[in-house]
Amino acid sequence: MTRMSVNEAAKKAEYPLFIPFIMAGDPDPSTTIELVLRMEEAGAHIVELGIPYSDPLADGPVLQRSAKRALQQGMSLMRAMQLVPEMRKRGLTIPVIIFTYYNPVFQMGVKTFLDKVKENEADGVLIPDLPYEESQELTVTAKENGLANISLVAPTSSTRIEKIANKAEGFLYCVSSLGVTGTRESFSEEAYTFIKNVNLSSKVPVAVGFGISKPEHVENLQGVCNGVIVGSAIMKKVEERLSEFSQEEKMKQNALQEIKSFVSSLISS
Amino acid sequence: MSKVYPDNNGRFGSFGGKFVPETLMYALEELEKSLTEAWEDSTFVEEYKHTLAEYAGRPTPLTYAERLTQKLGGAKIYLKREDLLHTGAHKLNNAVGQALLAKRMGKSKIVAETGAGQHGVATATVCARLGLECKVFMGEEDMRRQELNVFRMELLGAEVVPAVSGSKTLKDATNEAIRYWVANVEDTFYLIGSVVGPHPYPKMVRDFQRIIGDETKEQLQDKEGTLPDAAAACVGGGSNAIGMFYPFLEDEVELFGAEAAGKGISTKKHAATITKGTKGVIHGSLTYLIQDENGQIIEPYSISAGLDYPGIGPEHAYLAESGRVAYEGVTDKEALEALSLLTRAEGILPAIESAHALHLAFKKAKEMKEGQTIVICLSGRGDKDVNSIKEAMEKESKS
Repeated sequence: MTRMSVNEAAKKAEYPLFIPFIMAGDPDPSTTIELVLRMEEAGAHIVELGIPYSDPLADGPVLQRSAKRALQQGMSLMRAMQLVPEMRKRGLTIPVIIFTYYNPVFQMGVKTFLDKVKENEADGVLIPDLPYEESQELTVTAKENGLANISLVAPTSSTRIEKIANKAEGFLYCVSSLGVTGTRESFSEEAYTFIKNVNLSSKVPVAVGFGISKPEHVENLQGVCNGVIVGSAIMKKVEERLSEFSQEEKMKQNALQEIKSFVSSLISS
Repeated sequence: MSKVYPDNNGRFGSFGGKFVPETLMYALEELEKSLTEAWEDSTFVEEYKHTLAEYAGRPTPLTYAERLTQKLGGAKIYLKREDLLHTGAHKLNNAVGQALLAKRMGKSKIVAETGAGQHGVATATVCARLGLECKVFMGEEDMRRQELNVFRMELLGAEVVPAVSGSKTLKDATNEAIRYWVANVEDTFYLIGSVVGPHPYPKMVRDFQRIIGDETKEQLQDKEGTLPDAAAACVGGGSNAIGMFYPFLEDEVELFGAEAAGKGISTKKHAATITKGTKGVIHGSLTYLIQDENGQIIEPYSISAGLDYPGIGPEHAYLAESGRVAYEGVTDKEALEALSLLTRAEGILPAIESAHALHLAFKKAKEMKEGQTIVICLSGRGDKDVNSIKEAMEKESKS
């Protein structure tokens, strides 16, 4: 099967456009590859490959701990990107978005970074601490390389939604509520109103992230947006099974299967 | 050297900017607008100045250190006595300014971070005075090192929240404060303690701290009828230093910043951000920072809990790059020696942070001619550091 761009994959998906986040290197690089492949099997349309960072300002405790474990494994931006060709060799066809904070990108240089993203068969980038005002160079260079730079809007973006939505590519990442990543019990009425408004302004599909962890969250968002992004809930499952991942192959496969089933249950409701 | 920095994008040359999650962008825009309006409103300016005069104890004296000057045999040494400000450090100037601004903006809750506890104490103090709810994030390790300041903050009614990630020091307290702010941005004002963070924080904190340099200029004019030949200050994030330097940027005054060289800049245990750091983004701003080749931030080290921060204010990065200010590393040992010298010669026990500036200034004073003057920003008093000083001196005498 041929690869699709982020744009194509996002447009083609029927509800829910499903975008899981997997932290590269947690618990180890080979498990990351397995996890991403399982995500595609479970029905993911696009995957976010997270780069562990020492000071992740937008992340809650689950992803912070996950990043810390990955860094202890020696994971870096370059090494994480190099996992993508391995995934491709093993049959991964869905688009991969490199999720990283700006400082590692700045150290590599924006142009080199985007060249490497392309070279390593990834399809887009998402940098949560690079807001609209600071992202011109990256957006232009990404476009020249055929890569999508994913934009975010938050509940506090009211006066900014239009300008951000206007330049959005691939899909628009809609932050469900104030705060960092992590699971939330439920979403307020205001959150639904905000997401509906974003959906009206956006020309590209809208995916809601931050706090999605239960089938009913996905169910309730049907008709409000195009899809969901799930990170902490998945990485929490990885964290709960750390000892199984360090065991023999059979245990590891069982753990992977359980995580895949969890993800399937989220999106098949 | 032009004073128009930062530009409209919050940049000091290539440094500064706003590198934060989208959730915070509106809050920063709102802050920028409110800040401009506040400075244009004479009621606000008067209230700020009145609070500093009637509550904080400004102007602080500019003390001529006569015995020290004689001992060193070079330039005349003057000390700008921020240690005599209410709560014992320059931090109060900024806390007063930002808290008044928060109140003007209708915010009832304040969140802050603190390293040595000086900024936390200043914030808790102003919050008590203005009736604002106060939460202070502090690294667990710093809470241990600065137990007394934790107690002071609690006495003042603030909640001190331990930051348990990373090195459990200022960097991590700042991360936690930002994360808390992201979640509570609608009713909470983030009161940053130094000239760091996203625009407009570096500019705002500078403008609240420039009173140090403005007063110094006037006081030295009265005493000596001239500007100083040189001025020195310590640099962690760099708020007392920019406060001292900023009014002198267009004058012929040599400016020196002392950063923490810890166990030595040839070792890995230091916080010498300008001397040993490289360009990068930390806590929302592009500046110099201590990091590895992959852009992961390295935990800094200094004997002073107020200086072990891996980044530096973006304006300092710009002043270093342009060569207007000379920054040098000062080791723990050198700072402690300078601290002893000042304490014995003048009966003033400085904070360990300020002792870094003292060492650098003493070195420069000796090289200067008799009759020239050098001003040192004595950013805080040493009471809070007595335990660390005792521990370090005991260790030294055993080795």
